[in-house]
Order: sequence, then structure tokens, then C-alpha cells
Amino acid sequence: MLDTRYTIETPEGIDLQAQVAGPVPRVLAYAVDLFYRTVITIALWLGLNLAGMDTAGWGIWLLGSFLLEWFYPVVFELWRHGQTPGKQAFGLMVVNANLTPVSWSASLLRNLLRVADFLPLAYATGLTTMTLSRQFQRLGDMAADTIVVYRQPQADRKALPQLAPCVPPRNLEAEDQRAIISLTERHREISEARQEELAELLQPVTDASGPAGLRYLRAIGLWLLGAR
Amino acid sequence: MRQREFEKRHESGWRELEAALRTDGGTVADLPGRYRQLCQQFAMASERHYTSDLQERLNRLVMAAHQRIYRRRPLRRSAWVDYLLGGFPRAVRSQARAVYLSTALFLLPALVLGIGCYLNDSLVYTLMEPEQVSLFESMYDPANRVTGRERGSDSDLYMFGFYIKNNIGIAFRTFAAGIIFGVGAVFILVFNGVYIGATAGHLTRLGFGGTFYPFVIGHGAFELTAIALAGAAGLCLGQSLIDPGGYPRLVALRKAASRAMQIMYGTFLMLVLAAFLEAFWSSSQSLPVGLKLATGAALWILVLAYLAFAGRGGQHRAT
Repeated sequence: MLDTRYTIETPEGIDLQAQVAGPVPRVLAYAVDLFYRTVITIALWLGLNLAGMDTAGWGIWLLGSFLLEWFYPVVFELWRHGQTPGKQAFGLMVVNANLTPVSWSASLLRNLLRVADFLPLAYATGLTTMTLSRQFQRLGDMAADTIVVYRQPQADRKALPQLAPCVPPRNLEAEDQRAIISLTERHREISEARQEELAELLQPVTDASGPAGLRYLRAIGLWLLGAR
Repeated sequence: MRQREFEKRHESGWRELEAALRTDGGTVADLPGRYRQLCQQFAMASERHYTSDLQERLNRLVMAAHQRIYRRRPLRRSAWVDYLLGGFPRAVRSQARAVYLSTALFLLPALVLGIGCYLNDSLVYTLMEPEQVSLFESMYDPANRVTGRERGSDSDLYMFGFYIKNNIGIAFRTFAAGIIFGVGAVFILVFNGVYIGATAGHLTRLGFGGTFYPFVIGHGAFELTAIALAGAAGLCLGQSLIDPGGYPRLVALRKAASRAMQIMYGTFLMLVLAAFLEAFWSSSQSLPVGLKLATGAALWILVLAYLAFAGRGGQHRAT
């Protein structure tokens, strides 16, 4: 199935789901991080210059740029919930493949292996493996057994239509019930005309057409959800 | 049970959990117990095909609790001490074949080119530009006051930064490039071996050995060993892809990577130490040559003995 849904079974015996992030948001997040890193490097250079940069100052600058080059992502992944500033901007996070917070060695490893993913230039290897792999893993992710997933924000609950619930007909199968509930739940997401069109299909059952048929189905849906 | 009833029954608990898990500091009494209940409610909600809205909400909540329950343990000091006292040398010895291979890939080209450049004056120019050759000639010319790079009094810190960025960068790249079926690691090892060998051979031929060897011997004990170890770690990665030995390649890679990381931590520490020595000790002019050579030799013995013997018989301890 062509889907970015990633499911694992936790030790508690439930299926936990996450959405893995594809190459495009990850490249954009990388660009943001690259921007921040460049800004910090330049700021460090300017700061040391203002403080009267001498040879020792260059030494500090070299140390700083070394740390930024290799450990910038590691620090954020370990202490900011798997999110570098760039990943945060795009709502991404790095996790172990079992959806637990990324471990020390995994974070170090996936960032050391950026070198290999970068080859021959501009992350060509990483992008290729990411595109080919099922969970969008670059080489570093494969070796470290990590994935990049969307961090789901707490969403508002969907509002249900304001209608008086209505007793459903007797012979509704479980699957029909789910379809009607789903239609009721998504009354804001699908255009009114399309919903009416869908309701029209059930005209033999509902004995009503157009807006009336749709209203009737929604009322049944509310009843099935437990409204009285 | 209708969904609405189900929601009404558990809503307050979910709210409480959501609030507690939103921030790092938020706590809730008996989180593991609450988490198990939540898992059960989530399983029930999916089993009963409650709306996707509710299922997504519970999935989100379970995920947040899961991340909290299975969070990383802070590093214990004893883990570090154990690693330094035994874990690191054991990890190196457990990959002995890769270590020997990597050392040979580094050492043999160095020896061949070293002897070659010692015997043949023009050989070094087939590898390097004349300017490069004259630069390092001037660096180690006993006629010059300052050995190593030209430096003023405050340049030790500069050189420290330079060695950290340059040498550790090389080691990290050697390791990472090993994942390309080992080819990258082999290339970097041989390349560095060739250059170091040619430089040493050429300088010895010119009779600059008296300044060159005391300079390199001290930090070389850590630096050259560490480069070979980083190469070995890289070769482990490559080997797992070439010969996964009964596992799927991906699984073999993961296993090899976690073994290789055990080598890389120590390698990193050795390189920091090497950069420190190179910047603040090796370059020192006031120390007599004899002391430097003796200390250097002692460091070599120390490093090799540490890698060969430390942590033997300690395997029964928890790592």
C-alpha cells in the first residue's frame, strides 16, 4: 500500500501509529538547520572579531565550527525531543524505529553517517536511499534504526452537526453504521454538494433526497454515536 | 457501549494525561498504571471502530505517554568508567580482524612510500606539489626555531582547534565512508598512509628526523592508532553489507553499527587527547628531545598495552 503510515506493536500489545516524513519536508528542515548553523558560525566569527580576534580566537572559532558541524543535530535530538530547530519548524521528530525517544548511540550514529549520505554531493546517496526505502530512511537512519516522523499536535476535536438525533432503521449492518458515522463526523471536510450526492445513493433506504436525505443520515449518525 | 458514553466515562482522565504530558515537567501519579489503562482504552476504541477522530486522539495520547515511559536513561558515571576501563579495549579486540586489516591498510602504504621517498629524492614530488613539499620542509627544518607550524606564543589554542577540526573530522569521515562496502574507509586509510609515509621518508632523507620524530611520536601514539581504529569501525560497517552472515543486510548493518559505535566513542576520546598533546606538548620547544622521545615511546607502549590487555577477565561485569 502506498502510504506513509507506520505501525508498530508496543509491548503493551497495542498498535501505535505514526506518519513517517518524506524527503521534501526533511530537505526543507535541513535547509533551515543549515541556515541557523551558518548564522551561528558567522556570529561566532563576528563576536570573536569584536573581542579582538587573534590566533587563539581562530582556535576557538575552529573548535566551535567543529562542534556545530558534527554535534549540532545530536544535541537537539537528544535534549529537544528529537527535534532540531529545522525539524521543529516542520513538525518532524527523530525517534527510534520502535517509536521510543532516540537513543544516545543512535543519534550519534545517524549524524556521523551524514558523511556517507552526503556522497557524492548534496546528500545524493541519502536522498536516493530515502526514496527507495519504505520508511524514508537514509543510510544513517538504517544503520541507527531510526525514523523521522511527524509530531502530531493536539488537534481540536471535530464539531458534530447540531441536529436532533434520530433512531436508525433496524437492519443497518456494522459496516453501514461506520460509513454513516464517518459521514457525520466529516460533515465539515467534504463539500455540502458532494455529501448530498453521497446521501443520494442511499435514497432507496432513506426515502428522502437532497438536503433532507443528508440531514436524516447525519441524525442517524449522531444517534449511533450515542446522542439521544 | 456507545462512543459518547465511553468518552464521557474517560474524558477527565484523558484531559489530565494530556495536560501532564504536554510539558516536560508535568507529572501524573502512577503513570505506568495510567498508561496501561490508556492502552486498554485505545485498544477498545479501535476494536469497536469508534470514530477516527477519537482513535487519532487516543493514538496521540498513547504516543506521548509511550515516549515518556520509554524515555532515555541518563548516562551513569559507572557506565563511562566501565567503558574506559574495559569496554573500549574489549570492543576493539572483538573486532581484531578489522583492526589488523585497517592497520595494515594504513601502515603498509606508509612503509612503502616512506622507504621509497627515503631512497629516491624525486618520488615525493609525484605525490605533492613542490610548494607543499617546501612548506613541510621548512616546518621541520632544524635551522628554524619553531617546529611544527610557524607559531607565535598564543597559537597553541589555535592549533588545538585546528587539530580537533581536522583530525577528528578525518576519523569521522573514515568511519562513515566505511559504509560504502568498506571502499571509502580503505581509500582514506591508504591515502593518509601514503601521505604520512612520504612525508616521513622525505624528511628523514633530508636529515630532519631529529626535529620530526620527537614532534610526532607523542601524539602519534593516540592519533595514528585512533585513525586505524576509526578505519576498523568503518570496515565493520562495510563488511556487514558485503557478508551479512545469515542476516538480512539491514539487520547485519544495524548489529555491526552498534559494535562499531563502541569503538568510535573511545576513538573520539583518543583524538581529543591527541589534539591536546599535539598542540600543547609536541610543539613545545623548551623540552629536551630525549624527554619527548622517551615520553612518546612510553605513550605508545601504554596505548598498545591498554588496547591489548585492559578489561580482560572483566567480561562478567554488566556493561
